[in-house]
Amino acid sequence: MIWNQDIECASREQMREIQSQRLVKMLGRVYENVPFYRAKLKEKGIEPGDIKGIDQLKDLPFTLKNDLRDNYPFGLFATPQSEVVRVHASSGTTGKPTVVGYTRNDIDMWSEVVARSLTMAGITKNDIVQVAYGYGLFTGGLGLHYGAEKIGAAVVPISGGNTQKQLQLMVDFGSTVIACTPSYAAYLGESIRKEGIDPKSIKLRAGVFGAEPWTEQMRIQIEELLGLKAYDIYGLTEVIGPGVSMECEHQNGSHIFEDHFIPEIIDPNTLEILPYGEVGELVFTPASREAMPLLRYRTRDLTRLHAEKCACGRTLVRMEKCLGRTDDMLIIRGVNVFPSQVESVLLKLAETSPHYQLIVSRENNLDALEIKVEIDEQFWSDEVKVLEALRNRIHHNISSVLGISATIRLVEPRSIERSEGKAKRVIDNRKK
Amino acid sequence: MIIQQLSIFLEDKSGRLTELTKILADNDINITALSIADASDYGIIRMVVGRPELAVRVLKEQGFSVHLTEVACIIVPNEPGGLYHALKILTDNNINIDYMYAFAIQSTALAVIRSESISKVIEVLQKHKLELMKASQVYQI
Repeated sequence: MIWNQDIECASREQMREIQSQRLVKMLGRVYENVPFYRAKLKEKGIEPGDIKGIDQLKDLPFTLKNDLRDNYPFGLFATPQSEVVRVHASSGTTGKPTVVGYTRNDIDMWSEVVARSLTMAGITKNDIVQVAYGYGLFTGGLGLHYGAEKIGAAVVPISGGNTQKQLQLMVDFGSTVIACTPSYAAYLGESIRKEGIDPKSIKLRAGVFGAEPWTEQMRIQIEELLGLKAYDIYGLTEVIGPGVSMECEHQNGSHIFEDHFIPEIIDPNTLEILPYGEVGELVFTPASREAMPLLRYRTRDLTRLHAEKCACGRTLVRMEKCLGRTDDMLIIRGVNVFPSQVESVLLKLAETSPHYQLIVSRENNLDALEIKVEIDEQFWSDEVKVLEALRNRIHHNISSVLGISATIRLVEPRSIERSEGKAKRVIDNRKK
Repeated sequence: MIIQQLSIFLEDKSGRLTELTKILADNDINITALSIADASDYGIIRMVVGRPELAVRVLKEQGFSVHLTEVACIIVPNEPGGLYHALKILTDNNINIDYMYAFAIQSTALAVIRSESISKVIEVLQKHKLELMKASQVYQI
């Protein structure tokens, strides 16, 4: 089922036309109303009339998270404050929170993209949707709430936490859909077992999970624990909140609602646009937003985009699960390397735990990469030939994914230093 | 007739084997036989010890990657052809040996054998009247 057939199945040409129109209009608005952007555009010698369409997006300036902080709280708003009907903010773990504003139309647009998202997961007006994302400054709760209401589902706005009550209502109301973070979903599933609740009394059939990275292994675990199909919803506060992209039933990447959020992939070093299929930093231009349109917002998320039509019939560009953050990127022998690439290889091999460490050094003026991999207690052999075959397989798979060769060193389980339960992923000895 | 052998994955770090043997000593666990298979940057220690279950527990507590592996221990005469006689029986019965280590005391020699089908090893050798050590005997040597 498709919520907005015309948009979600539009041809590439139609989509580019919509994007062009919105971009041109948006540029006029930000130039007129946002001093920050007027200065940036003038710096590049761009007048609003110079930009005719989407092809010129590449000429426009970028926006960084820091720009949002520097203009705290309302400096990037493009409408008078009287037009703003809501603000949200992302948690400010480092410094000030990032604030975003919404006009009435922005809220409608947000509800529309979440409605499209929920429809992708087969959710309809007949469903009972338990929204266990936090309600408040965080976009998760209210974002899902408005989208679920828009499709006519019955919303249970329970917000996060209070696990006992979550489970009780889940059983009593017969909730068919749960929306929360994947880690909370796993916790709910484990709690069902601990509390001795009969799994048959749980009616959930779909889960809409996001707001944090999760793996395929977690998906399988959650689906087993809760007896539902788990869908990944992607979003970020700066762009709108949840509903920037969503997986359909084919789970072949997340469809980006690119009529509102124009995606690009750039090389984080050269800032050049990369073609579809290549890994780089994801950039969004939320062109239709009224209260806070952003020009080429750099998400720092690394992924690939794919433009082929999906088996579900949608033509929207798909993004892969994020491979990591640009902050984690290493450059080794001129090649961009992300620790998450190593992790994805190890997760695919049943024999290793995803505990690893990259050690980069310089030998004879050449970068050398060594990867320590903890062998897994579950898969174990006391034969050298079996372990060597494993080492060779890791070496082969990692080399083909990274594009450079690495020395693989098998180490004892739990031997890689952990801080706060997380292993230290990278040691770069080249600095200094 | 099945003997529980300790198999331990050890990183190539100085003092690690000493640390391992100290834990066994502190827990009054005797080592009957030991061999090391070494790769470039790690080794696999295989050993037959008294009280193998206790050994696994204390080594795990100390963070060692240790598992039990089933092996057989054949007793052959300590003389030319003693081992050959036993191995020929296994070969004739299409049994592959993954690894083996042996030692001799006076008139007898003992060979610890690891194979995919350890119960078949035992069955075949017993049929040919070869002597095998019982677990209780081995742990007490």
